[in-house]
This record gives sequence, C-alpha cells and structure tokens, in this order.
Amino acid sequence: MFAGTTMLLAVAAEAAEEAAQSGGLPQLNPHHFTPQLFWLAVTFVALLFVMSKIALPRVADVIEERRDRIKRDLDAASRLKDETDKALADYEKALADARANASGIAKQTREKLAAETEAERQRVDTQITAKLKEADARIAATKSKALSAIGDIATETARAVVEKLIAQDVPAEDVKKVLRPLAGE
Amino acid sequence: MAAEGAGHHGPMEQFEIRNIFHLDLFGHDISFTNSSLMMVVALALISGFMIFAMRGRSLVPSRVQSLAEIAYEYVAGMVKENLGEEGMKFFPWVFSIFIFILILNLVGLIPGNFTVTSHIIVTFALAAMVWLVATFIGFWTHGLGYLKLFVPEGVPVWLMPVIIPIELISYFIRPISHSVRLFANMMAGHTMLEVFAGFAVMLPWWGKIAPAGFMVAFTGLEFLVAFLQALIFTVLTCIYLNDAVHMHH
Repeated sequence: MFAGTTMLLAVAAEAAEEAAQSGGLPQLNPHHFTPQLFWLAVTFVALLFVMSKIALPRVADVIEERRDRIKRDLDAASRLKDETDKALADYEKALADARANASGIAKQTREKLAAETEAERQRVDTQITAKLKEADARIAATKSKALSAIGDIATETARAVVEKLIAQDVPAEDVKKVLRPLAGE
Repeated sequence: MAAEGAGHHGPMEQFEIRNIFHLDLFGHDISFTNSSLMMVVALALISGFMIFAMRGRSLVPSRVQSLAEIAYEYVAGMVKENLGEEGMKFFPWVFSIFIFILILNLVGLIPGNFTVTSHIIVTFALAAMVWLVATFIGFWTHGLGYLKLFVPEGVPVWLMPVIIPIELISYFIRPISHSVRLFANMMAGHTMLEVFAGFAVMLPWWGKIAPAGFMVAFTGLEFLVAFLQALIFTVLTCIYLNDAVHMHH
C-alpha cells in the first residue's frame, strides 16, 4: 500500500512537472482559491444545515423508535413468559395438592376398612371365646354331675354290698363318709 | 502531441478550474466553476438521498432507508468509539465532513467529472476547519489547561525543551498532513488513470489492452481509495476532537 502510494506520487510528480512546463499545476493557481473557498463554505454550511436539522434527526428518530419498539416487545415477551411460568407453577401446585389429597383419602379409607375389619374380628373372637367358655362350663357341669352320679351309685352299691354282708341297713351318710377318702375327695 | 490538438495539456488538464459563469462579491471573484458545480451536485445528491431514503421512516427499512441508516450508524459508531457518548453532539458535523468528502471523491471518479478533493485549497480548508474547531473546543473545555497537551506526562524535565517543540510542531502541522493526505491521494490516483488512458490512446490496437486492463483494475482500487480517504479524514477528525475534549494522548 505504501509502496503503491509512493509510486503514485512519483507518477503524479512527473505529470506535475510536465504541467508545470505548460503553465503550472492548476491546484497551485491562487487565482482560483477564492471562488473555491467561497463555494466550499456555501455548500458545506448548507450540507451541515440540511444534515443536522432535517436528515439526521429523521434517521435518529427511526432508529430510536425501532430500538424502543424492540425493547418494548422484549419486555412484553418477558412479562408474558413470567405469567406463563406462574400459571404453570400454579397448575403444578394444584396437581401436587390433588395428588396429596387423593393419597390421603386412599390412606383414610384403607385405615377405616382395616379398623372395621379389626373390630369385626374382635367381635367374632369375643363371641367365640364366650361360646367356648359356655361350652367349657357345660362340659364341667356335666362332668361334675356325672362324677357325683358315680359317687351316688358307688354309695348305693356299697350299702347294698354291706347290707348283704352284715345284714344290716347302713345309712347312706355313713357309707359316703367311708367312701369319700377312697374317692380321693 | 499534435494529435491531441489545442486545449489538451496532458494528464493535469483534468484539474483545470473552468468558469461556468462569472460572479463578483465586493470585488472578490466568486465565479461558479466546474468545482462549484460538483460541490452543488454533491450537496444535492446527499441531501436528496438522505431525505428520499427516510421518506417512509418505517420501522422495517426499505433498501434505500437501510443504506441511509448504515451510513448514519457507521459514522455514529466512529464518533462513539473515539469520543464516547457525549461526543454525539459533534456527530452532525463529523457526518457532514465524511459524507461530503466521500461523495465528492466518488462523483469525481465518473469519467469527465471534476474531482473537488484533488485541490489542495479545498482539502486544506476542510482540515483547517477541523483544526480550528478542535483547538477552539480544547481551550473552551480546558481553558489554558489545554496547553498541557504539549507537555506529555511521565517525561523527565530535562527532555521538556525537546519534547515541547516537537509536540507543538506536530500539533501545528496537523492541518497540513490532514489535508495533503487526501489531496495527494486523489490527485495521484486521477493522474495515474489519465496517464494510462493516454497510453491506451497513443498505442496501436495490440498495445491498448495492457493499459486498458490496468485502468479497469485501477479504477476498482480508486473506488476503495475514495472511500478509505474519506474514512481516514473522518477518523483523524474524531481523534483530533478527542484530544480537544479528553486530552488523552
């Protein structure tokens, strides 16, 4: 790039020399300075005026409006996203609550049923125990009745045997008295 | 070169100022010339384009509106990068400098058109305006403290007698380097094109191809230079303004 510029300048200088022979470099003719400066000032001031008062504010407005619009849209989007997140959280909480509720109900039912079964079992148990007791009592009563009947028969038999042996009527009470130790009573 | 006849004086002839009509203001010559015409054409093109492009002012820009917005954002980015957000108060001025030089450069590339920026007096006037505005803003913002710009920090005292003159010279030479860069690039490029066009005319038909081909390639390069020089002029304007506003070196 630098070498290129140097070469360009060399060519330009050569050409300038040629021009110098034919009346000087046009750029260095002071006769043309004033009109150029005058028109440069006029056009540049006009350009500066048009740019700063009309053209650039319009561009700035559009760019700023677009930036605002994009920011507004982004804000709205993030607000909507927050709302969605909240709704989702609410929904999930409701779902979890319902689940907890359902499992609570199931547990309650299970416990109630278990309690009912237990109560029924206990009732039946008591019933059976009572019946067993009753049966036991009946057996015991029958047994003792039978036993006492055996004692009476033994007494009667012993009295009859004694009567036959000694031909004397012995009172039942006496026979019993004698037999009682034998019977282990 | 007899074939070229009267009125043609070689590659420098394109830089000749020609009166279109004569004007006088208090005894000063302010004739409307080919240079003035190109300035007015550039002014009309820029104003017309910027206003036409933004006529819709739509949120979703059309193609021309995009172009105007790109130009705006491009220069605004340059100003913000160099001067910060508060530098935007200089934006219309910087934008005008950029677009004016750019369009003058580009319009000058159309064959037969005069290139306003190939005249040192024009580029010097623009550079001098930048220098004066920057210097004025420097003193306006910092008062006499602006003179500290010529006393760099961290330089030993015994070096000051050397450094201060160097800084002063480099400051006062700014408008010259600023203007000559643009002027020399535009003049050199256009002279080069004219020289090779001269070859293409002079040589027999089998010899015309090389200079003509070169001209095609070189015209492409000149478009790049036209843009680049407008950009460099504007960036330097921002840098000088930054010195004036912030006094950073």
